[in-house]
Amino acid sequence: MSFSERIYLPSILKGLAITFKHIFKKRETIFYPEQERPVSENWRGLHSLKRDEKGRERCTACGLCALACPAEAITMVAAERKKGEEGLYREEKYAAVYEINMLRCIFCGLCEEACPKEAIYLDGPIVEADYLRKDFIFGKDKLVEAPLKS
Amino acid sequence: MSDKVKVTIDGISIDVEPGTSILNAARQIGGDIVPPAMCYYSKLQGSGGKCRTCLVKVSKGSEKDPRPMPKLVASCRTTVMDGMEVQNITSPEVVEARKGVVELLLINHPLDCPICDQAGECHLQDLSYEHGSEATRYEFDRRTFDKIDIGDKIQLHMTRCILCYRCVFTADQITDNRVHGILGRGDAAEISTYIEKAVDNDFSGNVIDVCPVGALTDKTFRFKNRVWFTKPVDAHRDCPKCSGKVALWYKGEDVIRVTARKDVYGEVEEFICNDCRFEHKKTSDWVIEGPRKISPHSVISANHYERLTPPSVVRKNPALLESNKEQFERVTKL
Repeated sequence: MSFSERIYLPSILKGLAITFKHIFKKRETIFYPEQERPVSENWRGLHSLKRDEKGRERCTACGLCALACPAEAITMVAAERKKGEEGLYREEKYAAVYEINMLRCIFCGLCEEACPKEAIYLDGPIVEADYLRKDFIFGKDKLVEAPLKS
Repeated sequence: MSDKVKVTIDGISIDVEPGTSILNAARQIGGDIVPPAMCYYSKLQGSGGKCRTCLVKVSKGSEKDPRPMPKLVASCRTTVMDGMEVQNITSPEVVEARKGVVELLLINHPLDCPICDQAGECHLQDLSYEHGSEATRYEFDRRTFDKIDIGDKIQLHMTRCILCYRCVFTADQITDNRVHGILGRGDAAEISTYIEKAVDNDFSGNVIDVCPVGALTDKTFRFKNRVWFTKPVDAHRDCPKCSGKVALWYKGEDVIRVTARKDVYGEVEEFICNDCRFEHKKTSDWVIEGPRKISPHSVISANHYERLTPPSVVRKNPALLESNKEQFERVTKL
């Protein structure tokens, strides 16, 4: 090694120069979750169960999403719509319980494709981390869209 | 001269008894050449000839009179002649006609399969998947009816009915006191009970099994579960009224439905009584025979892992076959 190489100073200065140059450059870091990166058109995130234009739940518990699901993450229990609930559910049958195990889900979007009622879409955010397994079983309280404001 | 007659269906010859219908001759051959049937039921006398899905082309009438029949004929109602030649799936005319028949059957059908309990074992569903077109050309309102309760265990959705008359024949022949039939004529015809009188015969539940669509459904199974999430198991019990041979449909540990056993053509092997069908829904009531064989093409077999199927590349290798078997035994031991 030559003398200049042995004292390391030129190399240190060179390295620091690169570091300082980046202070004036555009910052690449995105401060998630305050800031969110734009997602692509075919983004698949958290599921949401949709409502129709009158605010009724579209899901009729036909079970095709659970059938299509390769990870077997979806379970549901159907119930019959009673008199007076026509404003809540679109069809005469509805899902009384609808659960997706987010630890099992692989976000493949096959449930979305299988749905004959356009009731489920994977258009939500990234599923958040949590501590307990049981908290990853998302029920209707987390999945169904907020009711329409009349 | 033998008393059997020779008939050729789609190029396959078979000798059958005189008086056999073309459909039954085809069923004796089996396979893809069997015409579909929505209304014909071999166990019900007089059934058939209504739905027209079993249309076939007779390209040669018989040995004596080789002229073809001028129009497509309903194979369930046409008896075979010696030397008859029939075309089913090999004739584009038949395929086209069947597509038209399916479209007509679906004209007033609500297509509410996501709600219907019959979905997954519905003959109309299978038929329209195989032969129908994707879209409808019908622009008018479909006829609608209110749901009718036939007794407290059977529900009739007249909107789904295709008027095959099977249930009427069942009520007439299996049960000894018919109380339901067809009211009205032609376009206005509907299945109904006389002033909605309850069917309280011991064998009335069989109308659920013979119904090819979801028009007559089990009220005790209504919206309980989808057919393909349940596990069918053969079982029997000592029943004083019927043979007691049934199929139990399990969901987890619970029997959620009891039906008669159906063969490949969707016809029940033996009719069962209402006692077996509606009143015995505990495992302890039954002697389990084993899992029911379901065609791998059926949606009911989806996600039911009966065996580990080795990929076709290793199928011929005896060493791998042996290890596959070992692995299967290891896995299923638990």
